[in-house]
Amino acid sequence: MNASVKETQFHEELRQSVRAVCSKYPDAYWRELDANLTYPEEFVNEITSSGFLAALIPEEYGGSGLGITEASIILEEINRSGGNAGACHAQMYTMGTLLRHGSPEQKEKYLPKIAEGSLRLQAFGVTEPNTGSDTTKLRTFAERRGNKYIVNGQKVFISRAEHSDLMVLLVRTTPLEQVKKKSEGLSVLLVDLQAAIGNGLTVKPIRTMMNHASTELFIEDLEVPAENLIGEEGKGFKYILDGMNAERILIAAECIGDGRWFIERASNYAKDRVVFGRPIGQNQGVQFPIARAHINIEAADLMRFKAASLFDAGEKCGAEANMAKLLAADSSWEAANAAVQTHGGYGFAEEYDVERKFKETRLYQVAPISTNLILSFVAEHVLGLPRSY
Amino acid sequence: MNIFVLLKRTFDTEEKIVISNGSIVEDGAEFIINPYDEYAVEEAIQIRDSQGGEVTVVSVGGEEAEKQLRTALAMGADKAVLINIEDDIENGDQFTTSKILAEFLQGKEADLILAGNVAIDGGSGQVGPRVADLLDIPYITTITNITVDGTSVKIVRDVEGDSETIEAALPLLVTAQQGLNEPRYPSLPGIMKAKKKPLEELELDDLDLDEDDVEAKTKTIEIFLPPKKEAGKVLEGELDVQVKELVSLLHSEAKVI
Repeated sequence: MNASVKETQFHEELRQSVRAVCSKYPDAYWRELDANLTYPEEFVNEITSSGFLAALIPEEYGGSGLGITEASIILEEINRSGGNAGACHAQMYTMGTLLRHGSPEQKEKYLPKIAEGSLRLQAFGVTEPNTGSDTTKLRTFAERRGNKYIVNGQKVFISRAEHSDLMVLLVRTTPLEQVKKKSEGLSVLLVDLQAAIGNGLTVKPIRTMMNHASTELFIEDLEVPAENLIGEEGKGFKYILDGMNAERILIAAECIGDGRWFIERASNYAKDRVVFGRPIGQNQGVQFPIARAHINIEAADLMRFKAASLFDAGEKCGAEANMAKLLAADSSWEAANAAVQTHGGYGFAEEYDVERKFKETRLYQVAPISTNLILSFVAEHVLGLPRSY
Repeated sequence: MNIFVLLKRTFDTEEKIVISNGSIVEDGAEFIINPYDEYAVEEAIQIRDSQGGEVTVVSVGGEEAEKQLRTALAMGADKAVLINIEDDIENGDQFTTSKILAEFLQGKEADLILAGNVAIDGGSGQVGPRVADLLDIPYITTITNITVDGTSVKIVRDVEGDSETIEAALPLLVTAQQGLNEPRYPSLPGIMKAKKKPLEELELDDLDLDEDDVEAKTKTIEIFLPPKKEAGKVLEGELDVQVKELVSLLHSEAKVI
């Protein structure tokens, strides 16, 4: 058996196993969470304890040491099943900063626990109320005093902070005015959320249109031990950036999973629903949008696998990762629209789940990077056009 | 403990059966571990975990059954054996399968053999008991609970909805009924470990068997789908009239009373 056949078989096995877990969490499970704005605790516990979120953690730290290709397949299948990997995807990749730049002691201390799921590291504190995509302008400041940092500032749209034990926090350690390049002087701290909450850190949930466990963080004289600095002081921005491509590819895969879910639901409904004596799917006006969305999802999937294999081969993949994210988010959104339109009034009815998935997939036009910034990136870095921002 | 599990690759329970030219079309169908065999795999793993020893899963079939064996390894079985009869046997039956399995198990000193109570495709429920008979060891079918203590075994079996408690001694063959356990799905570390576990492939020659030795004892005359379900009949009118009509229909039309 040659290597590529073996790999395909392994990926199929992986898909089936994730589906087996997800089949225990049907539409009704996610629907109820959505209605009550609650966190999928049972699902997250199960997908973690069965090792799937530890796919990227090396074997020596208790993970499976797999690549972004496999990790993306896992997240795709969660969304493909009708679930929402957004509740837990960050447990898979936030540890990347720690893995790539943490000290041996930090890795030994945290990674095995993250792999087994007894520690959740799935909060990533970057965005601030006045600082979005222009990350280097962030104002949260950490001042070194002896063997600790004193942190003050504010963060917004920090997902899962209430459902995480640790948080990777991007702070300024040298004021913007004192650095040569604006990307310098930022640092990454690992914050123990259990210890921090109530001792300088206040977490306030933000109600959003979908069930995404987003929060706002108020940080006032929060003490973080200096040993929790990841890598070198002042180089944090670089550390954060090199995790971005992985995140883009994984989110692209989730969108593809969403897209396939929409296409399946829309096709099934179009086959079954009879109006004027024939299934509505017999009308080209109904079937063409579904077919077109399907085509775009397939195309996005090719770019996703291209980006993933470049990433896994250690090659440059910034352009491909960004393009995959844009294509996948666009096509899942297109599929979502086609699904709502096909379902007519039922597309808005909660019990059909289309409206829930519709809201969930809409997020990926905006987060974790907005579509416009991807276009700017490609224009500047791929096409050599003048920087637009 | 030396534990063996007999496993069959079957159609997915969700699949729609299509017949073409007198045989079942397999193209594009999804295949799974026969669900009753999955109970057997799960129970074998649990017994191994509490008693120590080794679990070997065995399947008689074609190359493609490797996938189901890999799944059993990913669930936690230690070794797998595929007896590939693809090139040797065109039409086997329960006799064929049991003869091959018994030949393989001969001399393996199995303490416990687990199988499914029935395969959801052929549905004969014969292979397990036949293997036990050929090996000359006792067997207990449709078990819903098993406790092993040394060489003695306590079993609860399903008897058409009632339960019967039986004590037996090893070596023994049992067949699993629904309710025995809740089979696990493979975890990611399980899948990774399974890649390194041994999967041996044997053919009839390796078991010193000829095609004649295992020639089917039965012959399939015809394969057909059950008749399509017709629309039901709703009786109307006063209740006592309806009852009379029902009795008369059961008598004259359905001919059941």
